[in-house]
Amino acid sequence: MKETPLIPAGVKRCSTWQFSLWMTAATAVLAWGVYAMILIWWKGLNQTNMNDAYGFALWIWADLAIIAIGGGAFFSGFLTYIIGKKELKNIINFAVIIGFICYSCALLILAIDIGQPLRGWFIFWHANVHSMLTEVAFCLSCYFAVLTIEFIPLILENPKLNKKPFLHHLSHNMHGIMAIFAATGVFLSFFHQGSLGGVAGVLYGRPFAFREHIFIWPWTFFLFTWSAAACGPCFTILVTWITEKITRKKLVKQSVIQLFAKISGWMIITYIIAKTIDTVYWAFVTAPGMGFTLMDFYASPTYNIGILFAEIVLCGFIPGLILITKRGRENSFLLMTAVILAVIGVCLNRWVMVLQVMAVPVFSFNDWYTYWPSWQEVATTVLPVAYGIIVISLAHRYLPVFPQEKELNPID
Amino acid sequence: MFPFCFEWAWDMSHVVFMGALWYALSIIGAGLTFAIVKSVFDSAGGGHDDQDPGHH
Repeated sequence: MKETPLIPAGVKRCSTWQFSLWMTAATAVLAWGVYAMILIWWKGLNQTNMNDAYGFALWIWADLAIIAIGGGAFFSGFLTYIIGKKELKNIINFAVIIGFICYSCALLILAIDIGQPLRGWFIFWHANVHSMLTEVAFCLSCYFAVLTIEFIPLILENPKLNKKPFLHHLSHNMHGIMAIFAATGVFLSFFHQGSLGGVAGVLYGRPFAFREHIFIWPWTFFLFTWSAAACGPCFTILVTWITEKITRKKLVKQSVIQLFAKISGWMIITYIIAKTIDTVYWAFVTAPGMGFTLMDFYASPTYNIGILFAEIVLCGFIPGLILITKRGRENSFLLMTAVILAVIGVCLNRWVMVLQVMAVPVFSFNDWYTYWPSWQEVATTVLPVAYGIIVISLAHRYLPVFPQEKELNPID
Repeated sequence: MFPFCFEWAWDMSHVVFMGALWYALSIIGAGLTFAIVKSVFDSAGGGHDDQDPGHH
């Protein structure tokens, strides 16, 4: 089949056989994950190593982490359509695709994790309106719908599809009202990112996670939204950089990346200051009030005080300080180091707020709980990576994802 | 989810929580309907302006 009519005009793509080889490798990894997923649906959650201590395990960490790093979509939408940073239009398509991948994977992981996906609709139909997780389920599903709506106009811009008058107009009209969808996405994201943090913060029986409140919202509610808005753009920059390296092309102008990185840097710095204040208050007021000292929570060889240092200083203050300085952003090595550290930092935060919460002994007669995921859990967690590679590869090949690509890579 | 579900109660929690959900769903639905209906009319009008792709 001739691919040329499907490829956007004025851009160069690799040969069909190179692309097929690349896709075959990604599909093989995907197939491994799908096999594990079918096994879990067929045989049940006994395929996992979750236990009474670890009702939340690798999947929930992966869920929270990909939702956080997918936050680049809602935050770039907020900056572009509501704040008016028009320069970011050159990267928002890609941010939306990354968000779409992240949220579809988050929903898939939840569908695997609930054990009986046929009853997945219960959370909507028989909603417990006092549960933060119900709010997460609602906002997650609605926001995924918003991301799909934001992705559709881009798909319709494929040269072949765009020739159909109705699809051409639909793409154009959806673009025209995108600000409404973006604003709805920001509203939904604020609440589900926050509620994911709120779940940890309201655990009164687990002093490692419990935090003080404003009305019904613990501090973790605001910190989770803040960290997703801060580190999500870093993940978008990171994936853009990886895509540029693989395709050996410049896809987005450095000025756009610098602007996105600068905003992200200020968000990271303000977030990490708030996080530090929260940690200090928790360590010296909240936890002692419940009979614990700070070091009680870091008395394990796995979870020692180094993890707190790594999260706040190494993956918080350092990337934030690099990104807010012009010299730091202009040095590509420092820029990418900061971006990678920020992404690791937010993933580490989610790990701590899910898995360390489960590991810390609550009673003096308990020991630290241990858990090691089964291969089925690992395979289904790797699945989103392969799926993401496939979606990004297809989108880059067949859709005009990067508006500046033609200008940056003229064809002789 | 709906007032006809057996666990529904007309209290503040249900009104605020479900109200926000239906508000968001209404905006998404109305926006999508507007775009589809306008596209049907635009297509029927025969116009196919050559927009520059990538104008997201």
